[in-house]
Amino acid sequence: MFESLSDKLSGIFDKLTKRGALSEADVNEALREIRRALLEADVALDVVRSFTDKVRDRAIGAGVIKSVTPGQMVVKIVNDVLIETLGQEAQPIDLAAAPPVAIMMVGLQGAGKTTTTAKIAKRLKERHGKRTLMASLDVKRPAAQEQLAVLGRQVEVDTLPIVAGQTPVQIAKRAMEAARLQGFDVVLLDTAGRTHIDEPLMAEMAEIKTSAKPHEILLVADALTGQDAVNLASNFDEQVGLTGIVLTRMDGDGRGGAALSMRYVTGKPIKLIGVGEKMDALDEFSPTRIANRILGMGDIVALVEKAAAAIDAEQARKAAERMAKGKFDLQDLCDQLAQVEKIGGLGGIMGLLPGVGKMKDQIAASGFDDRMVKRQRAIILSMTPKERRNPDLLKASRKKRIAAGSGAKVEEVNKLLKQHRQMADLMKSFGTGKRGGMMGKAAQMMGLGPGMQMPSQEELQKLQEKLGVQQPKGPPGIPAAPPPDLLSKPSLPGLGGGLLSGLNPFGKKK
Amino acid sequence: MSQEAEGKKRGMFSRLFGGGQSEPAPEAAPPAEEEGRSWWSRLSGGLSRTSQAITQGVADVFTKRKLDALTLEELEDVLLRADLGVGAATRITEAVGKARYERDIDPEEVREILAREVERALAPVAEPLVVDDSKKPFIILVVGVNGSGKTTTIAKLAAKWTGEGKSVVLAAGDTFRAAAVEQLKVWGARLGAEVVSGAEGADAAGLAFDAIKRAKEQGADILLMDTAGRLQNRAELMAELEKIVRVMKKAEAEAPHAVLLVLDATVGQNALQQVDVFERVAGVTGLVMTKLDGTARGGILVAIAETYGLPIHFIGVGESAEDLEPFAARDFARAIAGLDETSEAES
Ligand SMILES: Nc1nc2c(ncn2[C@@H]2O[C@H](COP(=O)(O)OP(=O)(O)OP(=O)(O)O)[C@@H](O)[C@H]2O)c(=O)[nH]1
Ligand SMILES: [Mg+2]
Repeated sequence: MFESLSDKLSGIFDKLTKRGALSEADVNEALREIRRALLEADVALDVVRSFTDKVRDRAIGAGVIKSVTPGQMVVKIVNDVLIETLGQEAQPIDLAAAPPVAIMMVGLQGAGKTTTTAKIAKRLKERHGKRTLMASLDVKRPAAQEQLAVLGRQVEVDTLPIVAGQTPVQIAKRAMEAARLQGFDVVLLDTAGRTHIDEPLMAEMAEIKTSAKPHEILLVADALTGQDAVNLASNFDEQVGLTGIVLTRMDGDGRGGAALSMRYVTGKPIKLIGVGEKMDALDEFSPTRIANRILGMGDIVALVEKAAAAIDAEQARKAAERMAKGKFDLQDLCDQLAQVEKIGGLGGIMGLLPGVGKMKDQIAASGFDDRMVKRQRAIILSMTPKERRNPDLLKASRKKRIAAGSGAKVEEVNKLLKQHRQMADLMKSFGTGKRGGMMGKAAQMMGLGPGMQMPSQEELQKLQEKLGVQQPKGPPGIPAAPPPDLLSKPSLPGLGGGLLSGLNPFGKKK
Repeated sequence: MSQEAEGKKRGMFSRLFGGGQSEPAPEAAPPAEEEGRSWWSRLSGGLSRTSQAITQGVADVFTKRKLDALTLEELEDVLLRADLGVGAATRITEAVGKARYERDIDPEEVREILAREVERALAPVAEPLVVDDSKKPFIILVVGVNGSGKTTTIAKLAAKWTGEGKSVVLAAGDTFRAAAVEQLKVWGARLGAEVVSGAEGADAAGLAFDAIKRAKEQGADILLMDTAGRLQNRAELMAELEKIVRVMKKAEAEAPHAVLLVLDATVGQNALQQVDVFERVAGVTGLVMTKLDGTARGGILVAIAETYGLPIHFIGVGESAEDLEPFAARDFARAIAGLDETSEAES
């Protein structure tokens, strides 16, 4: 839905969070970038402005500039303001009135009113057991009334019989009378599409409202709408007083800024979203979920945040360089294990990655858990720096000493060394440009076994882009030109394509 | 320019700008009345809210001010509100600022410059749709996302061409949406154009094949093929569209002779993706922008023109069959800049 917007914001925050401390200029730069991203996402200019003002005020008020993890705070503030703007809680359609409860659908031409009317009727029937009557007041567009009748048959909801020559107001009256007489719970009034500056038609709409006294007046609007969203939403609201908004075509790849705009200018909740042409393709609007989506799929922002806060980009660069040369000693392994711990352990990382849910279970089953990360690190830490750089030094006596020092068994030391050797071989093969299948082996080494359900290559590639790590055009402090082989393997920030990539059989055949 | 042509043109403009007024007949607005009024009063009286807002915005920015970085930024905002998008808005703002930086400049001049810059982007793509008489029938496929105005545009085109004495056949290729076939049939009956249709849910590609055969038998001049609305990110629906084109070629090797993508003026930046994907899948040859009778200015066409350079043939300015106008870069640009069509001619 909002992938593009989340991409943009993730990029901005990544850059923001890569720096140690934020100056006021940094905040302003980030806000300019947010402004641009929101504009490209079709958020109306005035809404963008008020949005960034709010973020700035709060960011400064919260003392972000002096805080330890300023990036994290800005992200949180943006997220908070986003959710506030979209509306804190999902609001369902309100039917708490004496039946028949009228619901009136209004909007521009081609917004999707008729389809949405039928979808809502189906939902009210199936989920709420409401007897619903639908009536099309669209006497303008050819075959509009027939369209609703056909949809009514499809979803098995009654439609008001078509009487040629009646005006929309007359049809509305007839619908309410019929519903009263026949004991319907809800009447859905589908009105003709109209341009919001078409005064006679807007007046007609007000007249329909007066006669049918709808309990809900829903603006149906296209999620692909651009800057005009504010004009149309505020005009409709002024003319009839909306009670809510339904956004259609949320299954498109539009960036959905209209959601933010319309909610902002009307203050009216977005109640439902249309996500397809089928009659059940209607979802509740969840502000938190959408805001999270705007900020990043699968909570990528949180990952970026944690990762960036914990990882020294310089160290990562060095590691990446070493690995590019095929070098990977025990110190490197130790560093990577430390980073895994800092980010919140394996579970933490996996939980943040989109589409890794299944893998998580397999990792749990393999026994390679956070405890093991800790133990392995302890083992390495019991070695001398020299030993870490040159594992070949580790003969039986040294192993015994290390085992004792770290409270582990010699077998565990051996196991670690074996794993490391395999990983180092793997790195060497990267260094010499071999590829394919290697990562699968790496996963096996870690005891994860083959055939895991993995996030797609594309997904991971995207993630890597989002994380902005090792991209040639990435932010400062990031290696400028990483070895192509490493680049092609999705990796986490600062992990240099090492351990975590090792957990993932990226080399799986495409 | 003849009196009649002038009146007609103004009629289009008042519709384009002043959708707020009900429009009894296209030529109803008497130009004589407008003649005496000043440029400004017509501007404030006739322009849509958006244009007014733009005009006001520009005026606010430039009255008694030097053209500095801040004012340029505000000028960019003005363009952003018209859906030009960040890229095009920035480029045009830069062009306006070039060589005028730190100079005193009055609002009217800025509007002219603004209009000229927008026009510069649009002029190369303002091309009429040429119906090649040697192709019988000349086959036009109409595509676009849901509700963009495809069927209505087909009706408008059919009205135009039947009015010119051409025989037009319509193909009800939207076999998916409820009552879409009926919608086109109503138009066909109104306009006296034959409608080829199949059952609802029938294969659209098969229908396209039949329609071409039928139009050939009829010796029709033009075949207009409607299609179901589809979002461009729906792979299976785009594959279906590809198939429609493929099957059309089986009935007539050169078909379709034109592929029109219908864009709704209210659309934002997603229009770029729409153009991109529909072009690749269906080989779009030209664009039509509908619903310019509302407050949306359709500024995304500037970005589309810069990126894709596809011809823009027509604009839709209402729901009736006659509410179709050829795309005129200058008029469109001036609407975006908040100018009316005659002021430059006067100056
Ligand atoms: N105001 C205005 N309305 C228009 C214009 N063109 C089309 N419409 C209206 O927009 C609505 C949708 O138009 P259709 O022609 O049915 O659109 P479509 O693309 O065929 O829609 P689907 O077949 O449902 O995908 C109708 O109510 C039309 O009357 C226009 O230029 N201005
Ligand atoms: Mg249609």
